Amino acid sequence: MTSLPSPSPKKLGLVIDLDICVGCHACAVACKEWNDGGEFGPLPDADPYGGEPNGVWFNRVHTYAVEQETPQGARELTVHFPRSCLHCETPACVTVCPTGASYKRAEDGIVLVDEDKCIGCQLCAWACPYGAREISAKKGTMQKCTLCVDRIYNETLDEADRQPACVMACPTRARHFGDLGDAQSPVSRLVAERDGYALMPEFGYKPVNRYLPPRPRRDGASASPAPAREETLEREKLPGVLRWLDRVLSR
Amino acid sequence: MRPTFSIICFTVLSGIGYGAWFLAGISLATHPLCFALDESSMSRLPGSLCNLPLTNLVSFLLAFALVATGLLCSLAHLGKPKRAWRALSQWRSSWLSREGIAALVTFVPASLLALTGFLVWTTNHPSWVFAPFWSMFALPLLGICLSAGALITVYCTANIYSSLKTIRAWHDRKVVAAYLLLALYGGLLFATAMARSDFAWMSVRDALCVITVMVAIPCVWLKYRYWRSLDTQPHISTGHAVGLELLGITRPLEAPHTEENYLTREMGFVLARKHSRKLRAIAFGLILFSPIVGFLLGLAIGPAASWLALTGGTLGLFVERWLFFAEARHAVIAYYGR
Repeated sequence: MTSLPSPSPKKLGLVIDLDICVGCHACAVACKEWNDGGEFGPLPDADPYGGEPNGVWFNRVHTYAVEQETPQGARELTVHFPRSCLHCETPACVTVCPTGASYKRAEDGIVLVDEDKCIGCQLCAWACPYGAREISAKKGTMQKCTLCVDRIYNETLDEADRQPACVMACPTRARHFGDLGDAQSPVSRLVAERDGYALMPEFGYKPVNRYLPPRPRRDGASASPAPAREETLEREKLPGVLRWLDRVLSR
Repeated sequence: MRPTFSIICFTVLSGIGYGAWFLAGISLATHPLCFALDESSMSRLPGSLCNLPLTNLVSFLLAFALVATGLLCSLAHLGKPKRAWRALSQWRSSWLSREGIAALVTFVPASLLALTGFLVWTTNHPSWVFAPFWSMFALPLLGICLSAGALITVYCTANIYSSLKTIRAWHDRKVVAAYLLLALYGGLLFATAMARSDFAWMSVRDALCVITVMVAIPCVWLKYRYWRSLDTQPHISTGHAVGLELLGITRPLEAPHTEENYLTREMGFVLARKHSRKLRAIAFGLILFSPIVGFLLGLAIGPAASWLALTGGTLGLFVERWLFFAEARHAVIAYYGR
C-alpha cells in the first residue's frame, strides 16, 4: 500500500557530521559491499571492468568547496557530503508508486522497495529531490538504501554490530544511527546540540536524517599551519632496556 | 530530464488517439445512429445528420490503434513490463495508477462501440441497432463514457508530471491544461484527415480545420507562457541543496564518481537547453501553422492537405513533448552543480 502509514513514534535514521567527514568513501564502499551480498542483493554493475563502469550506489559522497569571506580575506572550506536516502516522514517516492512496491514501514519509518512488485517505472526516482533512488539496469527494478534493515534487526550479529554498514565503516565516526523520533536518544541529543538540519525542507517530505554543519573555524582566515613541535623524550622515565636502546641509536 | 522515446511516443500517440475518441464520443452521443450507417443507408435518417467526425468504423479503429500503440510504448519504458498489471492497485495515492485504470476502463466503451460498428458492418445494418434501447440509450451512453474516459485518462497523464514537486517546470497548472488542449488539437487534426472525401463531407473538413486553428491558438499561447515561466524560474543552488548556503557560495569540487550514473543520465540532460530557442520555434510554428496551411492548401488540393496538416501537427507535438522532458530540470541536479 503506497498510502503512508500513520506517523510512528519511532523514526530510525542517520545523523551525518559534515564537520568531521573526511570524504574517504568508506561508507559508500561498505554500503555497496554489504548490499551486494545482503538480503536485498546483489547490486550488479553494468560494464564493471570495462571503460564505463556504472551501477547503483545507495550512498554517494560529494565534495564541495564553500567560498567564505572573512575579515582576513577569502578562503575556501572543503565539505564532504555523503548523500543517501533520508527516510522521509512523508515521502513522495512512496505515494507516487503505482504498484505498492515502494512503501514506508509503519513500525520504524524505514522506506523500502519490494523488488518483487516493482515494475521499474522510475516515477519514485523522479519524485525524490535527494537522488536517493537509482534503477538497476541489470535487474530492471528500483534500488535504494534500506538503512541496512537486514543488519539492524539481525540477531545473528553481535548487538554492537546491529548498525548500518556505512555507520560501522566510518573511520571518523561522522555517521550516527538511531531513533530520531525519541528526543532523548543520543542521535537526537547530537542534533539538538549541533543544530542538525534537514535537507531542502521546503519540499515538505520531512526528511528524518539530519546533517550536522561544519563547526565555525576558530582562527578566522589565518589558516597557516601551526609550527611543528619539537618532540621531547624524557629519557629518565624510560624503562632500562629502552633507555639503552635510545642511547645506542642516538650515537 | 532525459527525453525517453517510449514516453514521448506514448504521450503524443495516445494523446491524439484520446483526443479523437473524445470527439467520437461526443459525435456518437449526439448522433448515435451515424455509427451504424454508411453513406448508402444514410438516407434512412432525416436531415443532415452524421456530418460529425469519427463516426465511421475505420477512423474509430484507427484512433483505437493510436491509443493502443501509445499505451504499448509506455510499457517499453518499464524495467519489468510483464508486471505492468500491478500498476492498477494504488489509485488512492498514485496518478500513474489512476491513469492505468482510466486507460483500461476507457477501453470498455471503446471496445463495445468498435464491436457494435463491426457487427453492423458484417451483418449489413441489422434492425436491432435501430431499436430504442440501442439508438436512444446504449449508444449515446457509450459515447458519453468514451468522451469522459478519454478526458480523464489524459488528465491523469498530465497529473503524473504536474504532481512532481521535484521538477519545477512541470509543477504547474499550465501543464495539465496544455496536455488536455494538445490532445484535443491532435484529435481534431486526426478527425480532419479522417473526414470522408465525398462532397457531402467537404464542408465538415473545412469546419474542422477552422476549429483546429481555433484550438491551436490557445495551445501555442499556453506553451509560450509555459516556456516564459521556464526561463524565469530560479534554479536550486548547490548550496541550498546541501544546506550550506549560509556558510558561503558552494560549488562542487569533486563528483562522487568518475563516471556518469543513473541520476546524471536520467536527470542531467543538457542538450535541449542549448537548442531550446530553435526547437521551441519549430514546435510553435508546426502546431500553429499546420492546420492553417492545411485549410488554405485544402481549398486548392483537397483532402490530401488535411493529411499534410496531420503530419505537420504531429511532428510539432513530438518536438513539443521532446522539449517538455528535455528542458525540465530536476532538483537533484543541484547536488551535481549542473
